[in-house]
Amino acid sequence: MNEPSTAIGGSPSDSTIEQAAEKVQLGWVLVFACWLIATVALLGSLFFSEIMNLQPCVLCWYQRIFMYPLVVIFLFGLFPLDLGVIRYALPLAVIGWGFAVFHYLVYTGYIPESIQPCTQGGVSCSEINLELLGFMTIPMMSILSFSAIIVLLIVVRKRCFQ
Amino acid sequence: MKKSYIVVIATILLVGVFVGAAVVYQQQQVSESKAISSQFAARLAPEYAATMGDPNARVTIVEFFDPACETCKVFHPLVKQILNEYPGQVRLVMRYAPLHTGSDYVVSLLEAAKQQGKFWETLEAAYDSQSKWAAHGNPQPKRLWMLLEDVNLDWKKAQDAMQSPAVLENVRRDIADHRQMGISKTPTFFVNGKPLVQFGYEPLRSLVEAQVREAY
Repeated sequence: MNEPSTAIGGSPSDSTIEQAAEKVQLGWVLVFACWLIATVALLGSLFFSEIMNLQPCVLCWYQRIFMYPLVVIFLFGLFPLDLGVIRYALPLAVIGWGFAVFHYLVYTGYIPESIQPCTQGGVSCSEINLELLGFMTIPMMSILSFSAIIVLLIVVRKRCFQ
Repeated sequence: MKKSYIVVIATILLVGVFVGAAVVYQQQQVSESKAISSQFAARLAPEYAATMGDPNARVTIVEFFDPACETCKVFHPLVKQILNEYPGQVRLVMRYAPLHTGSDYVVSLLEAAKQQGKFWETLEAAYDSQSKWAAHGNPQPKRLWMLLEDVNLDWKKAQDAMQSPAVLENVRRDIADHRQMGISKTPTFFVNGKPLVQFGYEPLRSLVEAQVREAY
């Protein structure tokens, strides 16, 4: 396992080995948390589309494209723990976050959706079809998930890398 | 290793919650659709709607259909097959649910053909030529006239009838009913007022069978 070494030259003392082990432990827990969030997002979005039959609009699909791979990437980054996972996961999460924010702005009407002809099976991205607890919309949940993953990954990078 | 257990347990828990929520949600949907259909029971099979089979049959299949819908086309011969299995015991009532663009035109054409006693012939012809007039993205319902050669329809009379208040009113009532009942998919079946919960030919057959056994 490529544990980040804190010792530069010479034999590492017991305390530095301990510190390194703690960092590895923390890194694992945080990446695991990222995996949990991504998995909940995966199952949640599938619940909306497959069980509740809410058709995903185009912007939803773009967010799914950047969320679903994270489930696999994080899982493989956990066994064995490979903090290099940040390098691959962070860009996906940031791009997905961008789509989520854009979707939220379309949803709330800050960005007007261009008028398009109705097509068979076409779903409007600005139509609000679900509000949990009276205020929680799907794009909002998407923003929260992507944001949480981004924050956790940044914490991992700050805390667990030298 | 302990950590892999954590991930396995978390996965089982999450998938379990997903499946549990799905079951609960679907049960709610079923009881909701049963409540709706009992609320609309009296209006399900109105007098004016096209009917196939013995009018005195004690089992009634109500089908909300769209002439541009491929699944309706596939189901049409299957439903007729079910009628043939129970001669005199089951009848079929057709209600319009024109969900596709252009279907509203074809639906009024069907209603006009019904006045000439040519509903079923016209419907079969419309299904047979469906790919020619109901292309997704570019439906051309007016082409259907050219494809109705085998149906001896009085064109002039039918075209006038399509604008008549009687035709428009029947179509309007069907559309109002399917909207109020929240029907968003075609075909949607009811057998003696009971909704077909799980979609498919076999479920429909067994629902009809159960109703026939109950009624006779």
